[in-house]
This record gives sequence, structure tokens and C-alpha cells, in this order.
Amino acid sequence: MNVSVWAIAVIPIAAGILLALIPSYRVGAIGNVLASGLTFATSLSFLAMPPVVEDYVILDSLNTFFVVLNTLVGFTTSAFSASYIGHEIETGRLTPLFVRFYHAMFQAMMAAMNIALLANNIGVMWVGLELATLITVVMVGIYRTPNALEAAWKYFILGIVGISLAFFGTILVYLAGQGVLGEGLPAMTWSKLLASAPKLDAALLNLAFIFLLVGYGTKVGLAPLHAWLPDAHAEGPTPISAVLSGLLLNVALFALLRFKMLIAAHPGALKPGPIMITIGLLSLIFAAFMLYQRRDIKRLFAYSSIEHMGLITFAFGMGGPLANFAGLLHMVMHSLTKSAIFFAVGHVAQAKGTQQLSGIRGLSVTNPGLAVGLAFGVIAISGLPPFGAFMSEFLILSSTFAREPLLALAAAFGLLVALGALLLRLQNILFGTPTGPHHKVSASSLPWMVHLSLVLVAGLYLPAAVIAWFQKAAELLG
Amino acid sequence: MTLALDVAPVMVAYDVAHFLAGMMLVASFMLLYQDRIFAVLNTFAAQAMLLALAVAWQGYVHHHPDLFITAAMAFGLKGIVIPLALNRMVVRLGIHRDVDQAVNVASSMFLGLGLTSLALLLVLKVTPGASSFTREGLALALAVILLGFLMMITRRNAVTQIVGFMSIENGLILAATGARGMPLVVEVSVAFSVLIALFVFAVFVFRIRERFDSVEIEYLDRVRGDRRVQGDGR
Repeated sequence: MNVSVWAIAVIPIAAGILLALIPSYRVGAIGNVLASGLTFATSLSFLAMPPVVEDYVILDSLNTFFVVLNTLVGFTTSAFSASYIGHEIETGRLTPLFVRFYHAMFQAMMAAMNIALLANNIGVMWVGLELATLITVVMVGIYRTPNALEAAWKYFILGIVGISLAFFGTILVYLAGQGVLGEGLPAMTWSKLLASAPKLDAALLNLAFIFLLVGYGTKVGLAPLHAWLPDAHAEGPTPISAVLSGLLLNVALFALLRFKMLIAAHPGALKPGPIMITIGLLSLIFAAFMLYQRRDIKRLFAYSSIEHMGLITFAFGMGGPLANFAGLLHMVMHSLTKSAIFFAVGHVAQAKGTQQLSGIRGLSVTNPGLAVGLAFGVIAISGLPPFGAFMSEFLILSSTFAREPLLALAAAFGLLVALGALLLRLQNILFGTPTGPHHKVSASSLPWMVHLSLVLVAGLYLPAAVIAWFQKAAELLG
Repeated sequence: MTLALDVAPVMVAYDVAHFLAGMMLVASFMLLYQDRIFAVLNTFAAQAMLLALAVAWQGYVHHHPDLFITAAMAFGLKGIVIPLALNRMVVRLGIHRDVDQAVNVASSMFLGLGLTSLALLLVLKVTPGASSFTREGLALALAVILLGFLMMITRRNAVTQIVGFMSIENGLILAATGARGMPLVVEVSVAFSVLIALFVFAVFVFRIRERFDSVEIEYLDRVRGDRRVQGDGR
């Protein structure tokens, strides 16, 4: 029984209940930041902790990495959300009651994601992801406009399909485990399943992996199951878009990776690599082309998330220490950069009063501060140097090129197509002729500055301790 | 005679379990073609009660008393409380009329048959190692799940989509209890999350009603992401 491991789930739950009781939205916003900061601080203590393996809880170098990333982005998002929500109340888009609900739900969502990350029981992991999904559904619909309702509904239906398939996959894994580990808890405990993986029934594992891939893949936003993702990003509050792109997609991919490790440990089962490579490449190239047709700024970056999740899935599909390392690194870079972009986009949309790209022009004249943030964010996410995403994309491509040159070319092609689309849009946003009215916003630039400077530092110099940590996590992935 | 006496209890356990799971599948098929909203709700209630019986039977045969809790929850919540609540909601919203189908009855029946055969072929092929008790139950459960998906696709009405979703959940619980000895904690949390999901659904239906004066999902489709041109102030 390890106190700080449990605290990472208990703090957000307790904070969520407290926040639901606080009527003032200002106090609520501060409480939200404090609680997220406390969770982040607790997660930092994991770094100095030996691995924990219990019946319900597991802490290895792989999920330590995810938990720290998760709580960090949760913390900065709560800080961004404090300044964002203030503006939403002033313009009357949200009432204080809804904001109270929003803060409580934000903490509940963080708790659910942390539970999914730390669970050693595959059933509990599923429950955590399902709860996080349901909460984000509610959050996406919080503005109650027709568009928000449509987006939330679509998200809900596709989310349910994904969740049900993943649960069926989970049952199949349990059945496979039951044959070796006997009935009951052990056959649902991931660490025990992994230890006896070579003895499990191969056919059952294969079928289970297909269900899990489609189920959790829906949540990762892999094409062709991505339809919910752009809508959910565009219609919900921007802090939620940042959390969706930066965190929830990662957590879903993490669940998939756990099962990939399981099936890869069985010599007779199907090879998960080629399937993940195919789906990853498909998402990458498809999303890259879709970027050109976007008219809504949040949809633009939502498609960019599909593109990057595709690239990350591709990297993990390639496997091996180097590609896994690059995949993990890219996951961090994408999370930090994409949430920073959404922080800037949230304030840009508030300043311009619209999310339509046609209405957002000449930002360098009207809002120079936001323009700088957005420009650095887009440059970083397109994989240009000197930011961290350049390094991780370069690593993915070069390690792939050494093994499968054709696949590397295909991935590079997708990345270049996406680069073109993003730079084209960025140029219009920054230097087009300003149109329409614009409002003053009191944007807090600290959150995106923190993210982008982390990404910049990572691009220039990765400390040896961090590299060693990533390598340990990459080794676990096999 | 002695041989028959030895074999009989096992055979009966088999037959009853398969009979109940099979009846759930029949209920799924009925859900596909019912065209009145109250009939859909009643059929769903019947399916949930069959599920409760199936789960209780598993608990009795395999001496897993904790399954009785699952059965009681399925019976009370999904068999009685939720259908009644939905019934009241339908009456209050005044939407008790026929439900539109995106696909006609004959084609949805054929699709359903296709999905059922798919489920049987898939599960029976890959689980030769498991006991036949488990594998056939699992195949039937997968069929119920797939038919639930089909219902969610072919029914263009929010309430029937809720029912489709819950019949998927019925299939999942059938599968979970068929896999013997799955820890209770999982089932409890599943039931719990279904409740939350239902709450979410109910809130949505009310909001949709409020905004569109109808619960037909097609009304939602008229606003489609990028294709709209005007901004909506964000």
C-alpha cells in the first residue's frame, strides 16, 4: 500500500467534491489550479520511487512517465482555464453554476485518467478510461449550442462503440488468462498476465487484440475511427480541447500499448507491429491532407492531433528501443506543444469572436502577444527545428529509414504535406489583412510559455537523466 | 438409467443457460423491428430480465453467490427502473409515436442474421480450448452486442439509441458473467458507469428536445462542422 500512488487519484476526487460545493467561480478556479498543482507535485515524488506492483496498482517506468506528463499538462491547463473561464463568464457564454460544474468535472476527469494509468487490473483501467470519456462528453456539450450538442452526441455514440468493443476485448484477455492463472483476480491483473504471457491461448489473444485495437483506437482518434475527434475539439471549451489532445488520446494509446506488450510477449500470437504501422500511416497521411480543407481553427489543430497520434502509433508499431524512444519523446512533445497551441487558440478565438479561419487574420497587428505564441506553437508542431518535435520526428524517420526505407518515405511524405498546410494557414492568420471586430482579452501567457520553453529546451538539449528515464520506459515496451 | 442421472444436471445447466442467452438474442432481433416506442421499451425490459435470469442461473450452477448481486442489479435497474423512467420521459416529452427506421425491416433482419453468424463463426473458431459452456455463451453475447450496434445505427431516434446502447451493455454483462469468476468489482463498476451514461443520455435528450423540439437525430445532422460558414461567436 503506497500512499502517494493512491493520493494521485484521491486528491482530484476530493478536490472535485470540494469544488462542486464552492459557489464562487473565482475561488473555484483558484482551487482547481491548486488541486492540479498538488497532484502534479505528488506525481513528481514517483520519480524517486521504486516500482510498485500490487493487485490493483502498478507503477513502472512506463506509466510513471505518463502520469507525470498527465498531471503537468493538467496543472498548466487549469491555470489557462482560470483566465479563459473568466472571459466566458463576462461574455455570458457560461453561467457561474456551469463553471462550478465544469471545475468539479475537470478534477474528476483528471482522477479518472490517473486511475486508468495506474491500474494494474485491466478492468479498472477500462473503467477509468470510460469515466474520463463520459466526463469529456458532458464537457464538450457544456455550451449547449446546437453544434456543441451535435458534437457531444457524435462523440458519445462513437465513444460507446469504442468502449464496448474494448470491454469485450478485455473479457477475451481475461478468458485467455483464466486458462493459465485460474478464475478470479489474477487473470485480470496485468502484471501477472504479462508474466505468463507465453502460456496464454494465442487465438484468444489475437481476437482480443483486434477488439482492443478498434476499441481503444477509437479513443486514440486513429483513422477511420476518428470522426468524433474534430467535432469534440471544436465545440467544447478550449481547455477541454487542450486536455483531449494533450492527455486523453495519450491515455487511450497507453492502454493499447499495455495490451501490445502482452501480445508481443507471446511468440505464437499475431504480430501487432504491422497492424499498428498500417493504421498509423493511414491516419498520418489522411489527416495531413484533411488539414488543407479546414475552415475552423480548432478543427485544424484537431486534425493535426490525428496526424501526430498516427505518427506515434506508427513509431510504436515499428518497435525496438530507438523507435519506442522516439515515439515516447514525440508523445511528450506533441502533448506539450498541442496544449500550448490550444491555450493560444482559445484566447485568439475570444479576441476575434470567432473560430473561423476566415475571421482570424492579421493577428500580428491586432494581438502581437498571442501571434507570437501561436507562431512558435505552430512552428514547433510542424516539426521544424529548434523545437523538440523536430528531434523526435527526425529520430522516428531515421530509425525507420534504417530498417524499412519505403515506410520512412511514406511517413516523411505525410509530415511534409502537413507542414505545408500548417505554414500556409499560419501565414494567413498572422499576416492577412485584419477583418472584423476584435475584443480585448486578458490572456495569461504563462502556461503556453512554460510548455513551449520546455519543448525548446528538449529540442536543444536533453539531460542525460531524462534520456535514461525514456530509455527505461522504451525498453519496457520491447 | 444411472448414466442418465449423472449426465442430466449438467445437460439441464447447459440447456437453461443456452435457452436464456438465446432468448436474449431473440429479444435483440425484436428490438430491431419494433416500430412503436413503448414496444421497444417493453422488449428491452424483457431482455434485461432474461439477462438477470441468465446471470442468476450462472451463479446457481457454478456456486458464485456474488453473481446474484449482479442479477439483482440487472433485474431492478435495467428491468424495472430504467424502462419505467424512460417510459415517463417519453410520455412527458410527448414523443410516443412510431419510430423511423433508416433501413427497412427486411434488410435490417438480414443484416442481423449476418452479424449473428459472424459472431458465432468468429468466437467458435478461436476458442476451441475454452469449455463449450463459455464459448457458446460468449458467441451469443457477441451477437447481442453486434445487434445492439446495428440498432443504434438503424434507429434514428434518441430514445431508441439509448435502448440500443443498453442492449449492448446487456450483451457485455452476459459475456462477462459467461467468463467464469470475473471479479465482482468489475461488474459493479460496469453497472455504475451504465447509470452515469444513462444520466448523460437523459440530460442530452432533454437538451435536444429543448433546442430542436424533436428528438430525431437527423435534426442534429443539419449542422455539420466545417460545412457551415457562419461563425458562432467563439
